[in-house]
Amino acid sequence: MLKNKSILFDREPLGDGLSNALNKFPQDVLLEVRESGLKGRGGAGFPTGTKWMLASAAIAGKKFVVCNADEGEPGTFKDRVLLDDYSDLVFDGMVIAGFAIGANLGYVYLRGEYSYLLKKLENQLEKMRTENRLGKNILNSGLNFDINIRLGSGAYVCGEETALIESLEGHRGEARNRPPFPVNTGFMGYPTIVNNVETFASIPVIMSRGSEWFNTLGTSKSRGHKLLSISGDCDEAGVYEVPFGITINEVLKLVNAKNTKAVQVGGASGYCVPKWEFDRQISFEDLSTGGSVIIFNESRDMLRVLKNFMEFFVEESCGQCTPCRIGNYKLLEGIEKIEKDECSMTYLKELVELGKSMQIASKCGLGQSSPNAFISIMNNFEDEIFSKTING
Amino acid sequence: MEKDKLDNRAPVAQKPLVYPKVDITEIGALVEVDVNNISFKIPLGTTILEACRLNNIHIPTLCYHEDLCLAGVCRVCVVEVEGMRTLQSACTFPITNRIKVHTTSEKVRKARHHILELLISEHYGECYSCHRNGNCELQKLAKEYGVDSYTFGHVTERRHKIDRSSYSVVRDMDKCILCKRCVRTCIDLQEVGVLEATHRGYDTTISTFLDKPLADVICINCGQCINRCPTAALKANDPSDEIWEAIDNPQKHVVIQTAPSPRAAIGEEFGLGAGHSLTGELNTALKMIGFDKVFDTDFTADLTIMEEGTELLMRLKKKLVDKDESVMLPQFTSCSPGWIKYIEHFYPEYLDYLSSCKSPQQMFGSVIKTFYADESKINPADIVTVAVMPCSAKKFECNRPEMDDSGFKDVDYGLTTRELAQMIREAGLNLPALPKTHFDTPFGDASGAGLIFGATGGVMEAALRTAYELVTGREVPFKNLDIMPCRGFDGVKQASVKLKNVLPAWNFLEGVELKFMIAHGTANAKKVMEALKRGELNDVHFIEIMACPGGCIGGGGQPIPTSPEIRKKRAEAIYSEDAALTLRKSHENPYVKYIYEKFLTDGPCGHKSHKLLHTHYTKRGKYID
Repeated sequence: MLKNKSILFDREPLGDGLSNALNKFPQDVLLEVRESGLKGRGGAGFPTGTKWMLASAAIAGKKFVVCNADEGEPGTFKDRVLLDDYSDLVFDGMVIAGFAIGANLGYVYLRGEYSYLLKKLENQLEKMRTENRLGKNILNSGLNFDINIRLGSGAYVCGEETALIESLEGHRGEARNRPPFPVNTGFMGYPTIVNNVETFASIPVIMSRGSEWFNTLGTSKSRGHKLLSISGDCDEAGVYEVPFGITINEVLKLVNAKNTKAVQVGGASGYCVPKWEFDRQISFEDLSTGGSVIIFNESRDMLRVLKNFMEFFVEESCGQCTPCRIGNYKLLEGIEKIEKDECSMTYLKELVELGKSMQIASKCGLGQSSPNAFISIMNNFEDEIFSKTING
Repeated sequence: MEKDKLDNRAPVAQKPLVYPKVDITEIGALVEVDVNNISFKIPLGTTILEACRLNNIHIPTLCYHEDLCLAGVCRVCVVEVEGMRTLQSACTFPITNRIKVHTTSEKVRKARHHILELLISEHYGECYSCHRNGNCELQKLAKEYGVDSYTFGHVTERRHKIDRSSYSVVRDMDKCILCKRCVRTCIDLQEVGVLEATHRGYDTTISTFLDKPLADVICINCGQCINRCPTAALKANDPSDEIWEAIDNPQKHVVIQTAPSPRAAIGEEFGLGAGHSLTGELNTALKMIGFDKVFDTDFTADLTIMEEGTELLMRLKKKLVDKDESVMLPQFTSCSPGWIKYIEHFYPEYLDYLSSCKSPQQMFGSVIKTFYADESKINPADIVTVAVMPCSAKKFECNRPEMDDSGFKDVDYGLTTRELAQMIREAGLNLPALPKTHFDTPFGDASGAGLIFGATGGVMEAALRTAYELVTGREVPFKNLDIMPCRGFDGVKQASVKLKNVLPAWNFLEGVELKFMIAHGTANAKKVMEALKRGELNDVHFIEIMACPGGCIGGGGQPIPTSPEIRKKRAEAIYSEDAALTLRKSHENPYVKYIYEKFLTDGPCGHKSHKLLHTHYTKRGKYID
């Protein structure tokens, strides 16, 4: 359930985005999506229209639409709500994507832990088939499109689109080299778009209400609304729909958080915002997030928070590339050294530098973002961390 | 040997890197690229690494290998591409539009340093107690980047047990840096698939099926993974201690046979470029080390041709004249022990297609411990036979339980080129500078046909030189006896020779077009076997298969590194040695004639040779308990 009043996903004034889209030419759908300024809701913020246009332009016998429902970022649970309550929008979005890029098959890569949703989702797909919103000649438009659901097996890295594709193909979940990008060489080597659940869910809304309406929401570089999964030290944890540009202070007020010391935006791979930066905005141009917002109050030990994150990455790195496989372990080891008061400032600085190298030298987004928390917490909470260790 | 080559002993890292100039004018569209502010044109789709190598710009690599598919996992080759937030791996990044690349910027240098230091922190042990000391790519990079301390610590205690279960390959995962070259070699180059990464993150390790010992999985012992391992995580099972012991024991008569490929490659271990055969020098070295007799495996290669050629002609007769349906054609060669284990695991239902001939190594062993022991009046129990091979699978082969037809273990030790080079170094000999001497008699004279066994297609060429002449009474109709369709490095080659005006004894072959195929590398063997399965090879008579890319010259016991260029040069060395010989046909080898007169008196494929020179195979299958 969405906690606050929903605008984007308010069903009352919502028309039929799918039939609107199917009445257009695929090119016009692509343009509409591009004009809306919709960016990927998984966190990376790649312009959805551009991605679709690249896939549409690729010349291939087959193309695929993949919905990334491997919601694995610690502190994110907004896709679960969408899949539970708004799966019709998600699937409609996938059909529209298939129509726009010229694909006939879509896959939902469903997080293994969400297998309890499988039956419900399958039922929804079956319902859509009986309503001729899925299958052959959808709504008499001539479009053939169907959707399969595949379950993940619990690897965080499979949320990365190329690792997801590898996993979908039955291989070990490891990120691929890019370029080539999935829009050219994706699932089984065919052009593939991989979008987040929330991105797909936004598509029918844009199709029914138009890109101009969508452009009125959010900031100039971050159009629309965003679902946030807010958790941690607050009274009203839950999933909220907020306009882009909302500040941390406003978010804290929304959930009635008190004595907040820090807010982790973007999950374990995100940025730890200290108190003096609470006027920053949630948007692609400032604090980007796939949805995870974790609130820490004054009682929390930031070193333990960080250690928890790093333990997560040491375990969840796929292990193929050096910076991520060993780097995360070295960062965790550094934290353990700090705990034992055995870490010199010189070594800590070296670790921060290592983190910066990991951010640019790792093969995929996992390793590139895993040092974010380390670097931001070490920069912003250095005094707290070291005063504690020195006092014993 | 030229002097400059001998003196060129500088560490590889200090040598200027010169890559072969490639003619790029004939290939597709060109695109301009700026590297370190110097612009040049390269074919569209060239990777940054290739582009830089073509223009003598050095980029360090670890997981990249010319023979293998791309991985992009070590990240040592990262470079800065203007306009991209993150660094890009040069080995995987194809250039499709004009980009500006920086290979030496601060970000790049820092990242490479960090990556190297991370790898070193997890790399167990010290260089001086490592058999790859001096030929280790990680060590070389550490030197290149001036790594002088363990910034992120260092592993000082073992975390993995060394897997010594296999006769051929030893795995030491404490030395592994997870570049996955072995995985890609096994699954992609050889299509065997014994090794794969298991576990995740920091716990990632390269493992076998259910982490079983290498001896208990479907490893074919080809050792190609060893050749491509940048560190000492993989090595061959080294018997040199036992061999030294035998040499030092006056009771033992130690006989060594040397295969053609090690002779064409061992110079690389002593600072020579690829493509120098050191046959005569090696003979001297082996005698100096203390081997009692130094023989030439080419002799039994000639013997193999007599046996295998006769076997083929007999099969043809049975099939064509006697219409015997139990006879299987095409006949496959059986010289390559890696190929034998491959077919035993992957195509056990096709073992009847294999020639029953032992490999030259094993024929030699049984001849030494019977005929040679008799003639020289030495108790075979006191004879130790050593085989210098380019091969790790030969170690497994000589330990097969059925290889004891002489009444003893036919071949006691299989020694790789690398291990022999180590013995020679240890003996204080500078191999390239030694005088040349000849092999010992009686098994020291061999034909060029036996010699070219070392390169892919060589067995076929040797067999044709003999079989054609036996059947027609004339030499093969190729200039200088060079059967060019057998040569070269195409994965699968196919050709034919028409038999005309045959001798009366072979009337049934009149007009027959003898069709043959050659494949090297088990990935290509797989293609051939699948074609056979589909019934597409019913008209083919003879197929040569070697487990290793390039044939024996690219074997798993050969000097490291390997590359298509190096293998080509080794093959050239072998072919030019053959061309320089006067004796170039197996059946003309006087010692071959001699052994059939004196010992194997009932002729090729006769009763006695069947006992000593032929063998049988084991249906292994893919599933092992």
